[in-house]
Amino acid sequence: MSCIEARGLRKTYGATVAVDGIDLQVEEGRILGLIGPNGAGKTTALNAILGLTSYEGELRVLGRDPWRERERLMRDVCFIADVAVLPRWIRVAQLLDCVAGVHPGFDRAKAESFLQRTTVKSASKVRELSKGMVTQLHLAIVMAIDVRLLVLDEPTLGLDILFRKQFYDSLLNDYFEGTRTIVVATHQVEEVEHVLTDLMFIDRGRIVFRRTMEEVEARFAELAAKPEQVAAARALRPIAERQSLGRTVMLFEGVERERLAALGEVRTPGIADLFVAIVGGQQGVTP
Amino acid sequence: MNTHALSEAPVRSRAVGDLPFHRRFYWLVRREILENRSIYLAPLGVAVLIVIGFGFRLVRVAKLDSQDLRGEQPFTFPALLLMGTTMLVAIFYCVDALYGERRDRSILFWKSLPVSDHETVLAKAAIPILVIPLITFVATFVVQVIMLLLAGARGLDLWSGLSFGQMTWILFYHLLLGHGFWYAPFWGWLLLASAWARRAPFLWATLPLLCVGLLEKIAFNSVHFGYWLGNRLAADPMAGRASPHQEMTMAGITPLGWVQFLTSPGFWFGLMLTAAFLAAAARLRRVRGPN
Repeated sequence: MSCIEARGLRKTYGATVAVDGIDLQVEEGRILGLIGPNGAGKTTALNAILGLTSYEGELRVLGRDPWRERERLMRDVCFIADVAVLPRWIRVAQLLDCVAGVHPGFDRAKAESFLQRTTVKSASKVRELSKGMVTQLHLAIVMAIDVRLLVLDEPTLGLDILFRKQFYDSLLNDYFEGTRTIVVATHQVEEVEHVLTDLMFIDRGRIVFRRTMEEVEARFAELAAKPEQVAAARALRPIAERQSLGRTVMLFEGVERERLAALGEVRTPGIADLFVAIVGGQQGVTP
Repeated sequence: MNTHALSEAPVRSRAVGDLPFHRRFYWLVRREILENRSIYLAPLGVAVLIVIGFGFRLVRVAKLDSQDLRGEQPFTFPALLLMGTTMLVAIFYCVDALYGERRDRSILFWKSLPVSDHETVLAKAAIPILVIPLITFVATFVVQVIMLLLAGARGLDLWSGLSFGQMTWILFYHLLLGHGFWYAPFWGWLLLASAWARRAPFLWATLPLLCVGLLEKIAFNSVHFGYWLGNRLAADPMAGRASPHQEMTMAGITPLGWVQFLTSPGFWFGLMLTAAFLAAAARLRRVRGPN
């Protein structure tokens, strides 16, 4: 069954429409990347999925209405809202105690063994930890909870590149298995690129792009055209074009790679370039 | 549920079994005490000061007349001091309880745990209604026993002057029924203000009460609200039936009067008011995100 199912999901704040009628289906075992500019409605959509905000339309997460059944849902769903939400006054050991005291699916020993691989000490207070260590702590807690859906909203914001890399590595190696679903919203697409199975762009409250990564690889190609072939390449109607290091780089949708290979170097486009082409340009592509 | 287009049977939880409510609640309350250590540190500090002060007095005063220390007086004063202290602690606790977690955004972490807003608010309400009165009672009791022992060691015969057992019972009932349950609507109101305020929760806790009183005075030239509030705060559960100029008394909440107290309409009205305030606070906590 689907892990998340939404139909006409909508959320307004006064006259502002944050989420404007989203239809969404996320199957179990997928890792979905939710990419969008600031204020695109990512956090609002995730908050609706997590039961943190009311909404219009239909929404089912693991078969439940998240707004009415948040506490029940949270046995099978966990989320990291952003890096700074762990209470600062608490000691690490106390935090583990508190989670173990209220969460039936929390495996304390597992969390401790994750923490042993880090420099986080169980007697430390959260306020004494660096931003990266707080994220490690939060991740250790989340990874020790046996949930079906994990939602990450900008989990690595403000962390340096080493921590970001490590974060996604542990997530993938120690946590992810076929029956778990992960939804991650982020700006920092480079780190998640190789982790995702599904990709979704959201802009002004609407889904503007939705593909599996296999589809992206099969459908989209980036061509660094040879100077003499630029005109020929343009004739194939690229969906975006940019200059990079003196070369003309074009993004194609639905053009066979063999045809492009004759015109220059072909590779799979990065998510960032795809995002700029689709959300920035808003041309040619239907979601 | 089947009428719903998307509805399917909810997925079976992976978590083995379910934690019993009392265990979850215990940890929620314990969490509050961990966060707000003044709940026990403040009475502990005051208790130590009282004992030191009393010891000092016993040593310094060369010729001590046991008449000096006879009666309830040297024992009621520490009790009042401790009550005042923990009352302040409770006020500050309540005003911050649902506001602080939004201010530091930790509410987003607590909401990622399978605990309902009602349970959370109930656990927070248990602090001023149950935990603080009980801690105050234990602290006062221990201080009074130490004082009696110190005086006894000095050769002063204080035991005969008062019925210690009865004093202790009065204290227990006064704290639990008076400070806890009689004041419950007051604690509920502070928690509601804490859940409501986006800033300045103290103003939200106090100004609306002032406004209601002022409005009543201006519109009807009466002071019923202020009078009712004053009586409630004066810890006099019999005020509704007694004459308006009755002095503050503990008679209504002594062991002899507790049946009367528990059956008084004021007590039950207060509990209903508390329930309404707490329900509203839980609702607000559900809706309000971090500041």
